[in-house]
Amino acid sequence: MIKKVLIANRGEIARRIIRTCKQLGIQTVAVYSDADQNALFKKDADEAYHIGPSQVQQSYLQLDSIIEVAKQTNADAIHPGYGFLSESPAFAERCREENIIFIGPEADILRLMGSKIEARKAMIEAGVPVIPGTDRAVGSAEEALRFAEKIGYPVMLKASAGGGGIGMEIAHSADGLKKAFENNSKRAASFFGDGAMFLEKHIQNSRHIEVQILADQHNHTIYLFERECSIQRRNQKVLEEAPSPSISEQLREQLGRTAVIAAEAIHYSNAGTIEFLVDESGKFYFLEMNTRIQVEHPVTEEITGVDIVKEQINIANNQVLSFKQEEIAIKGHAIEVRIYAEDPIRFFPSPGKITALELPEGKDVRNECAVTSGDTVTPFYDPMIAKLIVYGENRSEAIDKLEEALRQFNIEGIKTNILMLQEIITYEAFLKGNTQTSFLSKYYQPNSGGK
Amino acid sequence: MEIKASMAGNVWKITVQQGEAVEEGQDVVILESMKMEIPIASEEKGVLKEWKVQEGDFVNEGDTIAIVE
Repeated sequence: MIKKVLIANRGEIARRIIRTCKQLGIQTVAVYSDADQNALFKKDADEAYHIGPSQVQQSYLQLDSIIEVAKQTNADAIHPGYGFLSESPAFAERCREENIIFIGPEADILRLMGSKIEARKAMIEAGVPVIPGTDRAVGSAEEALRFAEKIGYPVMLKASAGGGGIGMEIAHSADGLKKAFENNSKRAASFFGDGAMFLEKHIQNSRHIEVQILADQHNHTIYLFERECSIQRRNQKVLEEAPSPSISEQLREQLGRTAVIAAEAIHYSNAGTIEFLVDESGKFYFLEMNTRIQVEHPVTEEITGVDIVKEQINIANNQVLSFKQEEIAIKGHAIEVRIYAEDPIRFFPSPGKITALELPEGKDVRNECAVTSGDTVTPFYDPMIAKLIVYGENRSEAIDKLEEALRQFNIEGIKTNILMLQEIITYEAFLKGNTQTSFLSKYYQPNSGGK
Repeated sequence: MEIKASMAGNVWKITVQQGEAVEEGQDVVILESMKMEIPIASEEKGVLKEWKVQEGDFVNEGDTIAIVE
């Protein structure tokens, strides 16, 4: 059984993982970079070790240094969180070689699902619907143009090895596609070491709905229902909720069952998320699978009562799942908003020193916050500094609580997107649950309505 | 004319050398912060007279990056 976990991550997710470990009586080891010398997650852990300079390539992506700390501290498992090394087959393999449990799926599953093209093939084989697109990497702009002619514009261009919105762009014309291909391919090559691009039909007026699954190593897979994540900026999520306000019971069950089929087809184990695009008619398509815990996992926890990190550890311990499908039910409604250190108008990053910070309080208010007053938000990492999650008996109660909690949320010294969040939750389209991935670009006009 | 940083971050790439001519709207530097790259363009046509920063430097929003004449 796992007695000591090293958390190969930082910020709010490191704190989140440490919290569950403490509840389970598991010792925790944090690793940190120069920039995180005074970070809260470092103080939360039982032990903390410096692994390198602020740049991620020299710290949080430094597999050797992290493994070294795990060995020296006798950690028997590593939780990778999200981002960084969480989807690295090389890291999972290395853990296995060193006899350290990687809290995640096997390396070959990470490799399979990490390649959009391979993942797509596997899903077609499993009978899961996919978006019309290239079934292999496209190496040049000319090739991309030829393919786009065939499936018709608009098309979505994606880096084969990408994630988190990097290397993605919609093109409406041949000219646009040529430019988008050159920019994004170059970018993907420098970010991921792989400039291969993937092209698919862009589904207009679509929603982003994803299904949380849990799978143990004893052939049990269950789904914990869906999350609606359509409100995005720069292809990154801003607000997520569960359950989705827009789907029928029938579609809910269909999505859940399809997600289970997808996970079973690849013999998946760990917590995972199957992302779908759902069009206006309710037709859905596999988008990708995230083989790790997700930023927005708390909304699922709030409506199902399942601690997903605890289940991940349970699965890694080779135990059977704590729940059967029929024991999982949706109770109430939860909404999460991501607090970004960024200009709420231009979405530009806003690093700096936080001079004051007050978190909202109250029953049904959950804060997952990485920072405190006096901390400096550095330019080295993702701009997300906190998540606010509220729970209500129903959606309108949850929205009321969110409004109140956002009013209480106070961060000074840096710019944040709180003003934007306060504004968008008053929009008619949001109140009606009518949110599509184009929601922000369509409705959010910061200059007209900013408070 | 001074070219100023539109956000805080690291100077990732300088794309125009001192003494070179720049067009209006031409990107002269790329800043990088929190996994986002922001190109900064010259607002006027002219010659890049002086760089106030080097690649790798950290700049705050509003800092002068370069002078174009």
